[in-house]
Amino acid sequence: MSGSSNIVAMKKVVQQLRFEANINRVKVSQAAAELQQFCIQNALQDPLLTGVSSSTNPFRTQKVCSFL
Amino acid sequence: MEMAAQPSDTLATLKTESETLKTKLEEERAKLHDVELHQVAEKTEALGQFIMKTRRTLKGHGNKVLCLDWCKDKRRIVSSSQDGKVIVWDAFTTNKEHAVTMPCTWVMACAYAPSGCAVACGGLDNKCSVYPLSLDKNENLAAKKKSVAMHTNYLSACCFTNSDMQILTSSGDGTCALWDVESGQMLQSFHGHAADVLCLDLAPSETGNTFVSGGCDKKSCVWDMRTGQCVQSFETHESDINSVRYYPSGDAFASGSDDATCRLYDLRADREVAIYSKESIIFGASSVDFSLSGRLLFGGYNDYTINVWDVLKGTRVSILFGHENRVSTLRISPDGTAFCSGSWDHTLRVWA
Repeated sequence: MSGSSNIVAMKKVVQQLRFEANINRVKVSQAAAELQQFCIQNALQDPLLTGVSSSTNPFRTQKVCSFL
Repeated sequence: MEMAAQPSDTLATLKTESETLKTKLEEERAKLHDVELHQVAEKTEALGQFIMKTRRTLKGHGNKVLCLDWCKDKRRIVSSSQDGKVIVWDAFTTNKEHAVTMPCTWVMACAYAPSGCAVACGGLDNKCSVYPLSLDKNENLAAKKKSVAMHTNYLSACCFTNSDMQILTSSGDGTCALWDVESGQMLQSFHGHAADVLCLDLAPSETGNTFVSGGCDKKSCVWDMRTGQCVQSFETHESDINSVRYYPSGDAFASGSDDATCRLYDLRADREVAIYSKESIIFGASSVDFSLSGRLLFGGYNDYTINVWDVLKGTRVSILFGHENRVSTLRISPDGTAFCSGSWDHTLRVWA
């Protein structure tokens, strides 16, 4: 009977919501500060951010050309 | 008045409880919403001008490019297309190194194995198959094909876990699954989406065994790979979620959607913390990826452009033109020196 399978499905939904409602959360201010911190700490190692020069970026060197 | 035999189990009471819990979830999240990400980032130095150009164009597919993945060697790329072909390219030289013809069209998913010795792909065949890459150019790769995953609808995405031995898949059948490559056995399945799952991304290895998925139900879910449990879910997009990608630290992820926005969700705050949108952007975002530091978010869109966003400040820093049709897939190279985009215009472009 479709009624009882709806109830089984709803029970799962309720269980999942109970689980999600109870997780530990931090304040956005703290989470945002940590995201920002990560960006700053890794900025120098980010070639697309710092703009790697032609001599070190293999894709910017136009001289790579092989004819077979 | 009719009384149910077990009042706590009627559909009506369960529905009420579900609504109450949803409200409680929103209240708990709202309590911690003390500031916006871009406010925290106000004192961060603004980014300068970006000059990113197409450095290579990979031509060879006969129809729309649907998916691409980089090899760990930072130079090879595998791509798949509506034309049924999967091609492995050397992005430095633009040479094609391997080509496989799949038994179906619309190969929507492809992935490079961590070892660089195999590729996985699938689409309308509802399967994910692994092809070992042979050094012998004359060898027919299709002969060594191994069928690994079987879904009951199209394969939308696939990715190897930290070894060549396991593959994670997502499907139009609404589920994700983890498979053992050698035996083809399903190790875990992930149920919870209410419609087609369109994308997935594995958490960076330091963060543990989780992955995120996004689907046509406008929901993104974070899953525990060992238990199959959905541990967090987010429902703020207004349309299908086409792409999800973890922030490099593993503490957040971005998603791109048909609602023309990209959004950032922080996993510890358990909420959306940024929306990347503009009134002038009205076409869906098909694919997103972060630069190595997480400061830049690249989004490929259905209006043929690539928008580059400042993740912290929420502003657009660049718009890249070049493709002549929808951008369908986009990935940063493993060492972050370049990114590759694939398009319905049949080509892939490497930008740096």
